[in-house]
Amino acid sequence: MALSLGAAIFGILWLVLILVGLLYKGISGLSLEVFTEMTPPPGSAGGLLNAIVGGLLMQVIGVLVGTPVGMLAGTYLAEYGRHTRLATIVRFINDILLSAPSIVVGLFIYELMVVPMGHFSGIAGAMALAVIVVPVVVRTTENMLLLVPNQLREAASALGAPRWFVISKVAYRAAKAGIITGILLAIARIAGETAPLLFTALGNQFWSVDLNAPMASLPQVIFQFALSPYEDWQRLAWTGALIITFAVLALSIIARTLANTRTDR
Amino acid sequence: MADMALDHSETSVRKGTLRRFAATDNAFRGMTWASAVLVLLILGGVIFSLIQGSLPALNALGLGFFLTQSWNPVTENFGALAPIYGTVVTSLIAMVIAIPVGIGIAIFLTELCPRPLRRPIAIAIELLAGIPSIIYGIWGLFVFAPFLQEHVQPALIAAFGDIPGLSSIFAGPPYGIGVLTAGLILAIMVLPFISSITRDVFDTVPPMLKESAYGLGCTTWEVIKQVVLPFTRVGVIGGIMLALGRALGETMAVTFVIGNAHRISTSILAPGTTISATIANEFTEADGAVYTSSLLLLGLILFVITFIVLAAARYMLMRIEKRLG
Repeated sequence: MALSLGAAIFGILWLVLILVGLLYKGISGLSLEVFTEMTPPPGSAGGLLNAIVGGLLMQVIGVLVGTPVGMLAGTYLAEYGRHTRLATIVRFINDILLSAPSIVVGLFIYELMVVPMGHFSGIAGAMALAVIVVPVVVRTTENMLLLVPNQLREAASALGAPRWFVISKVAYRAAKAGIITGILLAIARIAGETAPLLFTALGNQFWSVDLNAPMASLPQVIFQFALSPYEDWQRLAWTGALIITFAVLALSIIARTLANTRTDR
Repeated sequence: MADMALDHSETSVRKGTLRRFAATDNAFRGMTWASAVLVLLILGGVIFSLIQGSLPALNALGLGFFLTQSWNPVTENFGALAPIYGTVVTSLIAMVIAIPVGIGIAIFLTELCPRPLRRPIAIAIELLAGIPSIIYGIWGLFVFAPFLQEHVQPALIAAFGDIPGLSSIFAGPPYGIGVLTAGLILAIMVLPFISSITRDVFDTVPPMLKESAYGLGCTTWEVIKQVVLPFTRVGVIGGIMLALGRALGETMAVTFVIGNAHRISTSILAPGTTISATIANEFTEADGAVYTSSLLLLGLILFVITFIVLAAARYMLMRIEKRLG
């Protein structure tokens, strides 16, 4: 029994170790320049601005594309399909996609978009992120809609509301906190996603918001800079890692509190 | 007469409204259906594009691809054995460590932990799952690997160096990076998956069963071993398989610490490579159709392996969920 207590301590120990390591290595590089200057060539000063903006841009597009698809598919599973064979298959496939290796998603988008277009691009990176967003949103939307009591739907239908109205005005509203939680979790998931961006968006040393051209992103810059032999690049990589980790942890904690207030009520 | 005319127009308005409602309803339903089908299309697209992309390599290299470990871009001679071996071994190391610890955490959280502490501890463990894998990578390379190199690996070499069998597993100089380090990092990464699913599955055990066992005078340990674990076996295995699927496909963390050497070594201290690390490292530099295609073929192998593992995991977890109703 002491063993399982030890196991729990062992688990939490890693979280603490990683966070302390990040703070120790990353905090010294944190300065205003990080947010105002471009990624530098080795040996000179610079920041991460183009990477932060590029990464955010792709994430926003990824979420904007992935969320509606995910919500609609989740709605089908919870409201229309529920026990049909199609719904069972989609549910199963969605669960597989949820944990499929993200590097495979990158290869898929590479074959689908990069090869036909002939070059790497920001939009391909955004689509790769969208593919990762979809299964997360499908799952949470379905689960949250299933929690909405059927009496609510019946009451609305009895008043003469058509089905789409019941779903969009009654069911969605009741499940709102849960669905937003799902979207936040999806954002947290793609915020640090690196593998699929390596060969879709590729990365860019310079300022670029052109979606049709290669685009920098924070995770990709961390990957490139951390594995480089230059010390100032490695320092920037640590700072970037610190920014991402705390953004992601903040997102997941917000998502959890949201989910909690809903279940407590 | 005037009243009747009014009635008539009113019904036609109502009919019109109803028809409009029906049209919107069908459109909405169609949209949700199309999105659901799109999920299937994405998976189909992944499989199709990987197969199509890997055909050139299959044609050029044939079945030899799966049987050789040479990896030479200059002569365009590629073999998948080293990456496959690395993927399997790192995942195995991760599982050996993460399974007992993960189940231990789940037992602690369901049976032993004081109630007010349960949520914070569970959240702390689950936050581990939220940390992006590239963070594990950079931390593993700059903090964890040097620590292993200085303190743990020399001790391992000294301890097992004279024992036949084990001496070849813990052989060679302590690089810090290598198969063992990758396996350890993977273990930390999959820990939250095992512990949270196992905990959920433990919650499906009817309290009555546990109470009657306690009533017979069993200790907590006996209840877990004789009642909880046998009752939840399928679900626990499902959770383990899910974590295994993650470990097999994990890319960034492994890429940082594995060392990227295309060879099979009996020592787990030596650098190696995995399927996903090879793709991440070499894809943008790959020139030549066969090179790119070989990497896509590696991707296909990885996807097939993880698909089988994940499908088995989902099937087992579905059986547990069905019992919950």
